[in-house]
Amino acid sequence: MKGLELRDLRVEIAAGGRRLAPVDGVSLEIAPRECLALLGESGCGKSLTALALMRLLPDGLTVAAGEARLDGTDLFALPERQMQAVRGGRLAMVFQEPMLSLNPVLTVGAQIAETLAVHRQLKGKAAQAEGVRLLEAVGLAPGHAGSYPFQLSGGQRQRALIATMLAGEPQLLIADEPTTALDVTVQAQILRLLKELQRGRDMGLLLITHDLDVARDMADRVAIMYAGQIVEWAARDALYAEPFHPYTRKLFSVLPSARRRGERLDHIKGVVPPLGTAFTGCRFHERCPRAWALCREAEPRLHRVGDGHYARCHLAVEAGPEAETAALPSRAEPRNVTAESGPLLEVQDLAVHFPIRRGIFRRTVGWVKAVDGVTLRLDAGETLALVGESGCGKTTLARAILRLVEPRAGRVRLAGQALDSLRGEALRRMRAEMQIVFQDPFASLNPRMRVGEILAEGLQALRPELGGGERHETVLRLLEQVGLDASAAQRYPHAFSGGQRQRIAIARALAVEPRLLICDEPTSALDVSVQAQILNLLKQLQAERGLAYLFISHNLPVVGYLAHKVAVMYRGRIVEAGGAEALIARPLHPYTRLLLASAPGHGLESAARAPEAPAAAGRGCPFAARCPEALPRCRESDPEIVERQDRRVACHLY
Amino acid sequence: MLAYIVRRILYAVPILIGVNLLTFALFFVVNTPDDMARIHLGAKHVTAEAVERWKAEHGYDKPLFYNAAGTGTGKVTETLFVEKSLALFVFDFGRADDGRDIAREIQARMWPSLAIAAPTFLVGLAAYISFALVTVFFRATYLDLAGVVLCVVLMSISGLFYIIGGQYLLGKLWHLVPVSGYEPGLAGFKFLILPVLVGVVSGLGDSSRFYRTLFLEEIHKDYVRTARAKGLAERVVLFRHVLGNAMIPILTGAVVVIPRLFLGSLIVESFFGIPGLGSYTIDAIQAQDFAIVRSMVFLGSVLYILGLLLTDISYTLVDPRVRLE
Amino acid sequence: MSFQIEILWSDALLFLLLAAVAGFVLHVRRHEHLRAPWGRVAGSRMGMAAMVVLAAYMAIGVLDSLHYRPALPAEPGQPVQYSNEVLSVLDALAGPLRTQVEKTYSEPFATHLYAKENLQLPDGRQVRDYPRLRYGGAHLEDPDRKAADIARRAAVGTGWGLGLAAVVWGLAAALLARRRGGGWGQAAGRLVRAPELAAARTALYTVALLLVLLGLALQLATHYHILGTDKVGQDVFYLSLKSIRTGLLIGTLTTLIMLPFALFLGVAAGYYGGRVDDVIQYLYTTLNSIPGVLLIAAAVLVAQVYIETHPELFDTAAARSDLRLVFLCGILGVTTWTGLARLLRAETLKLREQEYIQAAQAFGVSGLRILSRHILPNVGHLVLITVVIDFSGLVLAEAVLSYVGVGVDPVTASWGNMINGARLELAREPIVWWQLAAAFLFMFVLVLSANLFADSVREAFDPRAGGRR
Repeated sequence: MKGLELRDLRVEIAAGGRRLAPVDGVSLEIAPRECLALLGESGCGKSLTALALMRLLPDGLTVAAGEARLDGTDLFALPERQMQAVRGGRLAMVFQEPMLSLNPVLTVGAQIAETLAVHRQLKGKAAQAEGVRLLEAVGLAPGHAGSYPFQLSGGQRQRALIATMLAGEPQLLIADEPTTALDVTVQAQILRLLKELQRGRDMGLLLITHDLDVARDMADRVAIMYAGQIVEWAARDALYAEPFHPYTRKLFSVLPSARRRGERLDHIKGVVPPLGTAFTGCRFHERCPRAWALCREAEPRLHRVGDGHYARCHLAVEAGPEAETAALPSRAEPRNVTAESGPLLEVQDLAVHFPIRRGIFRRTVGWVKAVDGVTLRLDAGETLALVGESGCGKTTLARAILRLVEPRAGRVRLAGQALDSLRGEALRRMRAEMQIVFQDPFASLNPRMRVGEILAEGLQALRPELGGGERHETVLRLLEQVGLDASAAQRYPHAFSGGQRQRIAIARALAVEPRLLICDEPTSALDVSVQAQILNLLKQLQAERGLAYLFISHNLPVVGYLAHKVAVMYRGRIVEAGGAEALIARPLHPYTRLLLASAPGHGLESAARAPEAPAAAGRGCPFAARCPEALPRCRESDPEIVERQDRRVACHLY
Repeated sequence: MLAYIVRRILYAVPILIGVNLLTFALFFVVNTPDDMARIHLGAKHVTAEAVERWKAEHGYDKPLFYNAAGTGTGKVTETLFVEKSLALFVFDFGRADDGRDIAREIQARMWPSLAIAAPTFLVGLAAYISFALVTVFFRATYLDLAGVVLCVVLMSISGLFYIIGGQYLLGKLWHLVPVSGYEPGLAGFKFLILPVLVGVVSGLGDSSRFYRTLFLEEIHKDYVRTARAKGLAERVVLFRHVLGNAMIPILTGAVVVIPRLFLGSLIVESFFGIPGLGSYTIDAIQAQDFAIVRSMVFLGSVLYILGLLLTDISYTLVDPRVRLE
Repeated sequence: MSFQIEILWSDALLFLLLAAVAGFVLHVRRHEHLRAPWGRVAGSRMGMAAMVVLAAYMAIGVLDSLHYRPALPAEPGQPVQYSNEVLSVLDALAGPLRTQVEKTYSEPFATHLYAKENLQLPDGRQVRDYPRLRYGGAHLEDPDRKAADIARRAAVGTGWGLGLAAVVWGLAAALLARRRGGGWGQAAGRLVRAPELAAARTALYTVALLLVLLGLALQLATHYHILGTDKVGQDVFYLSLKSIRTGLLIGTLTTLIMLPFALFLGVAAGYYGGRVDDVIQYLYTTLNSIPGVLLIAAAVLVAQVYIETHPELFDTAAARSDLRLVFLCGILGVTTWTGLARLLRAETLKLREQEYIQAAQAFGVSGLRILSRHILPNVGHLVLITVVIDFSGLVLAEAVLSYVGVGVDPVTASWGNMINGARLELAREPIVWWQLAAAFLFMFVLVLSANLFADSVREAFDPRAGGRR
């Protein structure tokens, strides 16, 4: 057979005398010129499947069983020397972290030349010419052959990495989460590049992703993985039109979007089974809403459920019980805005600048304007989403509001009280009013403290009048509120999953009963099923307590689902701000339109095309260099932010 | 880049001043020249006159900071601080207790020191890197384990043992090389073999293990996986990619000691009878000649700071991330 | 009372250190996340064997740190006078080893001196020959039957050792039976076979080996100089044992003295940054810039002058050499704290950006409290790893420094002094090798154990090293 054929792959790791199988019986086929998306949540074994194909499994992991044929060549039977000819030649792979996947001390050109020398015996001038051709093919200027990776942006690095992998003219390219580390606008470009290359070069593409929307844009067929197995496998349109496996259906129903505003998101009960779980029956049955006795006893085969549509589920042969369709309560907007005098948070012309020091005496020669004159307003019980690409200053803004960094100019008022004049004890008292939840649930909890101690820390600092007993009661109440067991207080963070840790982090912030909660990308490190739980929790807490959220995110569907108001940030400024529904439906600023059009799931063709952000801003509007509608005036003068219709916007077009 | 180097040089000044003050405090304030004189005059019943005479002979008969008897600037300059301590900044080391000029001794003795230390450094670096590469190439095999065990055993043996053992075995028992001695020029080659060998072997355990960790740290990085994914042979991955990156910390870490090679090794030189700065220092310590010790302390700091400067410069040469910033 | 307890400075510091270690152990037992890595150490065969050897050295060192001054035979009615000689419990236990002093060198197990002397034969003639030793093998009528005597004593000693080892195994099995349930016989069986008890088994084998060595020493060392005698006829085995305390003290007290500075300065530099960082960095760059040996030499020379010019401060010679030892530890600490401080600074710089630190800052938690609750516990493993790695380096450094002449006091028993003394005899034919060999051997076993222990500690505590070997 042409293309790739993988049969019954089993990858094993030895752990404490046992042999665990993170990949257990995976079979798949990729025809020439086909794009297969291997989709699943973290830890399901999708990356290991790819590394096993490349025979690049990390130390300790081995292929225990299975057969992989690439155009008939049995990959697992090849001696290492011959495998080297295949690797990077007929079969190539692009990795997730473009920042780390290129050798930092070799130029891009040299790294491409290596592949050319090994697989196409090109040297010297010929290699140079071919290198330039490859760079152009991935949309990089020929001059970048002499660049070192650190001189390139994230998107450029990913392009360079793709070029080194194309150099061997592969028949099949494996792309392991190639855009996960990139901004949404860059992601759209890289995905389009991959698709064009796949079509133009008659390549097969195995795309590994956790993102249903990315898979929809890219794939011809989709395979869904769960706990080391493929649970569903179908042509793209069939799968998206009618997913069969309960897990796949759940994956769709937990996704937030603007359309689901006000709904409570569905969720998958339980957690992904950890490696080493001894399964009996279906691996999903404990979390499945439709499981019955058979599912607990017998492991299902991959059954044919439609034309080229397979599912590993007993429902394919036997009509199981219906799920209790607990009709998702369409909640009323929980906006109990109390008639308070004035807004809860007012930010006026806030600026955070970091000095650039140069020369012999490290004199300050200029400023990095991380936040440059931001004005915001947030009422009690309301969610304001702050949206922008990485490096736009949104996190710095949050830290400046919390006074974790000193602003250079501007004012912050919380509940009518000016924060910037506060010092010492008075500032500490105001800290109880605003708290923060961070992005990375693994870095935001001290691994050396028990959960109880973590939750009590804020109480000790801000409400010292509480006795030990009261403190303990508060801790237990908090755990209950975020849906954790009381026994959690005695345990250490490492005992919890990412989602549970994020609940702990939320409980910690709530301990001092703040009125404003700043959420800095609180779900971006989580799987979609867990994200739904956290978003539900945030909504519920807002309804119960009238909390206001400053919600920092780059994920537009989440913003559309959760936020009442949106502020779009670019290069330290707000370029557009207004009500969430209106802004997402009718974006005004070209940057907002670019962001919305770049979001995956609407087909690659509709995605906007814009160059990547240049390293330094010149005169005029900072977005002018990327703006498809830029006027001559945009390069001359910087637009002021003005009120237009139902929102504020900073653009010369309006 | 130039501004960077100038800044590093300026940064060295306060450090040297610190070292200068520290040594001055140790040698003149904690212990007064009177104490020094008494130690040297030895006997229990030293007369005050004898002490004064010794001080006058060796130039210690001045006040520490302020000379009321001086005239004009002499009030400040004719003091121990200026004459004995600040003078070090212009490499005016003064005279040893036996009356010889320290600066001249240093000039004469630094070459024998370098003759031992430089080959030890170079051969050692090559040996340690090769050894570490071999263990890494065979990582997770018994050969690697044997290499690591050997390193730990070698590390656990006192350096003195290598010297004494080497002298006994190679010199006395097998008569392969002279036990000790020195001769300048090519004729002295035979005297260098044993001390260099001993120096290399005694560092083998420690350094090879350290380099091995550096290599292993690199080998688990993503770009190495990329290199393998390109179909490069393990040999190429190891030499071009892993070694290329690991050499940056190794080389820049090694550069810092280069200027100090002039100082030689105290132990090696004294055991092998090398007339270098190491044996000069050890003799001075044993004879309690504070003038020499003070000079060597200051010289050592200068060379160390020079090493730091070379490290910074070497970074800009080998690491494109620094070079092109 | 027939003796007076004497607590030297180094004893006090050692006891303080032991108390700190005991407190640390209690603290670890109460915290799961601290216990887990120690569990990994306990599961490493290499680590356990090394720990047993280290414990044996430590026991000897502690016995040698319980000092007293025996009472002098007093006239009745007079107040009791105490000797100027400070002894330790080890001296008391090793009694004959200390007192059985020969004239000069003798080989291990020798019955005769290593140097010829003029001997008066019973018939009055003078001959030049090797005289019999006063103590070594003196119980033998006929020196030629030495081999048989040694073999017999060795057999008895081994027997004693194996008997003791059997008792220890039995006790271990009983302990296991009490912990895990099941009968004693069952537990004993598991102790011999069960794969999960491999590390405990290795530890027990090491204990057995040490007990056999103890048995041999008890049987042989009382009648022979098993490692020979030195120039002034002292038993080399006894000197080697006495040197253990010096080696251990240098390795541990140095750390005890430097640790507070390194911890505080390193962490403060990293956390506060700015001017604080500048000053601390300046401090350690300056200290670092002075070649270590020279700084130690300069400081020790200065201290030596101070001690020589102030003899009135010390009432015994032991107190005097002890102060020099403590001072040496202090100055070694000054030269070694910079490495740890730099490491801690770098780690703190990383930790400072951690989100849980920012969360604490958002609560307005004070800087010192963040340092103690968030930073210190998270750099603890680095401190531990550095301390155990430094230990072996310091033990080796003592030998070199004593050789240079800036180490411990020449009258203090130490491996460095032993090597230094023996070095001068290397030119002698036939060579006097046993003193060197003994010093190197004792030092090697200690340092090797320390290195192996350090390895297993590092593997257990350093997340980056996890699973790499």
